[in-house]
Amino acid sequence: MSAQEYTFVVLALVGVVSAVRLVTARNVVHAALYLAVTLATVGGVYLLLGAEFVGWVQILIYVGAIVILFLFGLMLTKAPIGREALDNQRRGVAFLVGLAILAGLVFLFREAFPWDGPRIDPEVGTAEAIGEAIFSRFVLPFEAVSFLLLAALIGAIVLSRKDEGS
Amino acid sequence: MIRLPLVLSFSAFLFATGVYGVLARRNAILVLMSIELMLGAVSVNLVAFSQALGQITGQVFALFVIAVAAAEAGIGLAIVILIYRNRETINVDEVNLLKW
Repeated sequence: MSAQEYTFVVLALVGVVSAVRLVTARNVVHAALYLAVTLATVGGVYLLLGAEFVGWVQILIYVGAIVILFLFGLMLTKAPIGREALDNQRRGVAFLVGLAILAGLVFLFREAFPWDGPRIDPEVGTAEAIGEAIFSRFVLPFEAVSFLLLAALIGAIVLSRKDEGS
Repeated sequence: MIRLPLVLSFSAFLFATGVYGVLARRNAILVLMSIELMLGAVSVNLVAFSQALGQITGQVFALFVIAVAAAEAGIGLAIVILIYRNRETINVDEVNLLKW
């Protein structure tokens, strides 16, 4: 195992532990902070894989914006504290479904990608290459995404505005 | 040089955790957080394959996934806050207006 792989394993362990804490936390604010840790480690994994632009975008957008949005949502809604209040009664079934999905995924990629198969060579993910790709081949989807963001912005404002007239 | 199966197992574990969270939680905001976890797991796969194949397309898709996740979080939280304003609860099993 190379040094990069050891770093990856440490990052992945931190991410996995905080993901498990996220879905088992008794306090919603703690869950939001564990979400921030998990998404930051995912960003670190992107950086480690050499995808520097996606990595920094992940850290900026997720940790900087989306988690803050969730914290605002938690502040505006009153959530009780405690596992019974935050979880439903189907925890065992949910655990079995999650385990089945994990086993299925591991079975699939063990067949398709053997341990000694191709390795990831951090080469292509510079901001220059991504910019070229977005503004040449993917310019139409890019515009569609910007339109989607505009629609989501207006939709969120319209939804959460108090109706003055009625 | 990172082996591909390591990254794939990381993302598979994140995805399975997200599925468990979506199924087991009843607070709507926690369900939304678990959905973010699943989206993140998918993006990890996209970036890993993009780097393994030496093609940039996967990373462009990861960026699109991040943008769509931001839109989804914004709209989802607006709807959740609206439900809270009307029903005084955001437990997904108590919101049954459209349930037959």
